[in-house]
Amino acid sequence: MASAATAGARTHGRRRGLSDKQILWLFIAPTLILLILWNIFPLFYSLYLSFTDYSAIAGQAPKWIGLGNYRDILGDLQLWKYFATTGKYALMAVGLETVVGFGLALLLREKFKGSGFFTTLILIPMMLSPVVVGLFWKLIYNPNFGIFNYLLGFGPGKGPDWLAQPGTALWAVVIVDVWMWAPFVMLLCLSGLNAIPEYLYEAAVIDRANPWFRFWRITLPQVAPLLLIAILFRTIEAFKAFDLVMGLTGGGPGDATELVSVSLYRIAFLGQFDTGRASALAYIVLVIIIAISNLYIRSLNRVRGEG
Amino acid sequence: MTTVESKAGERAGVARPIRVDKLSTTTRVANGVRVLVVVLYALIALIPIFWMASTAFKSRADVVHIPPRVFIKPNLEGVISLLTDRALLNAGRQKALLASTEEMPWYRRYMIERGMDITGVSPFVGRLKNSLIIAGVSTLAAVGLGTLAAYAFSRYRVPGKGDLLFFILSTRMLPAVVVTIPIFLMYRQVHLHDTHIGLILLYTVFNLSFSVWLMKGFFDEIPREYEEAALVDGYTRLQAFRKVVLPNALSGIAATTVFCLIFAWNEYAFSLMLTTEKARTAPPSIVTMLGRGGIEWATIAAGTLVFLIPVVVVTFVLRKNLLRGVTFGAIRQ
Repeated sequence: MASAATAGARTHGRRRGLSDKQILWLFIAPTLILLILWNIFPLFYSLYLSFTDYSAIAGQAPKWIGLGNYRDILGDLQLWKYFATTGKYALMAVGLETVVGFGLALLLREKFKGSGFFTTLILIPMMLSPVVVGLFWKLIYNPNFGIFNYLLGFGPGKGPDWLAQPGTALWAVVIVDVWMWAPFVMLLCLSGLNAIPEYLYEAAVIDRANPWFRFWRITLPQVAPLLLIAILFRTIEAFKAFDLVMGLTGGGPGDATELVSVSLYRIAFLGQFDTGRASALAYIVLVIIIAISNLYIRSLNRVRGEG
Repeated sequence: MTTVESKAGERAGVARPIRVDKLSTTTRVANGVRVLVVVLYALIALIPIFWMASTAFKSRADVVHIPPRVFIKPNLEGVISLLTDRALLNAGRQKALLASTEEMPWYRRYMIERGMDITGVSPFVGRLKNSLIIAGVSTLAAVGLGTLAAYAFSRYRVPGKGDLLFFILSTRMLPAVVVTIPIFLMYRQVHLHDTHIGLILLYTVFNLSFSVWLMKGFFDEIPREYEEAALVDGYTRLQAFRKVVLPNALSGIAATTVFCLIFAWNEYAFSLMLTTEKARTAPPSIVTMLGRGGIEWATIAAGTLVFLIPVVVVTFVLRKNLLRGVTFGAIRQ
């Protein structure tokens, strides 16, 4: 950077150094170039591939098949099922995270001795690597010696094998997701709660409003923007969920926890390497994510505009 | 200005605490219940982590023991197994090795006593090294470039700024699997598949959007007057940036660095799909490699422990910036 500065000084007079415009582009260009090369170009490339029958291992040039892949996918009942599983997963996980996270935030709102320490403890799970978390919860769920069934009061081998039964496997993944991410919702809600001006409550007390009324008419509406952001953010992440499921179940048993991204990975990188079809599926997922992201960013702008 | 604010905050803080002597019994009970629930939740949420940490030091018998053993005699088999390759010894060979006066490191003797001889370093050590190199270099690059771009976005009128920032953020919202297919093909073409540099570049881009957003928030908080004063004193723009703005942004840069490190350290999907052997990082290998040849839970637990400890420490270091970090700097505490 020092050499760039001196070079600029030589061409642009003694004292001024680089002009503002030069600095601006010097600072922004590397970031934009990297993002374009690694994000924009690949996106167009895969859009093209999604209209072909290309397979990454077949060694044949891509052949244009128009909307064939999209037609296939939309007619594939199996994939519809995976979308439904993903939606169900998102709904269950985000719903529980909202309840647990908001509840914890309400409890932690008034500080007590050591509340900062306990808050940080609660936040630890969300910083961990999802795939590693998935792997060690496998041990925790183990029906013979896992601690989960033991704490629920089942004897060894007597409790349900959570990960092996289609009926419980998705719930098992949801529980881990909630364990990891309810603290995230809590963190956002706490920041929302702390920003509520005290005078609103004072006014309500003067008006003899009961606690129920205060909660519904003051607390909830005031936290709502941040809560909404937390929910949207978690929904996006739930639709992207991949690591945790791979570590915990790998999509099994059968296809009980086969989320869209896991299936996408299988189509693209295992077996036949059906690259064209995978690209088309990726685009469908992308459109869904972009739609939710748009909501997210719009509500974010609203909150930031107010703050 | 900041002092005035903090004083006002203190005064508000002094006025807030609940006077215990003035509380009715029901409120005091409610408050006790509240604290109890929070503490209980924290303890229950930590059980999995404690459990994992203790499993890493359990013998094979203790791992599968029911009821679960909490107080165990620490056993290093899992940790040593994680880092070494071993061969089983027959009884005669074991006796001979133990009887020999040959100088050997303590961990080798430790394993020989348990019927195994160490034959070499486990591939996992190489994977850990890859993780360190790739996470480290990509973090430096992402924070460096991100800081520059963030400064420009914070201080200059950039044409189409809102759209550009939106675009930068949106790249991070893409699911890894979606981006990876074309990048996989691209990398194969230019021979970046399964290379350190390929993964470093990808992680740099992956973290760049994050570091731009986070650093922009930190720069926005540094008053422009600082630089303007420096400019009046005859500094050039770049000098003002280097000598006035950067020192003021140091704590922000530190927080950004640690967040980027964690993301790169924890990353799984890209590494799984874009590497096979040479540049593979630790997370995908914890899943595939450690499960090989029967499930050795103590070894897996040791592997996860190696992974979790740095992150737990960092969480405490970062606690003030956590909210910012997990929301891309969009929300400040």
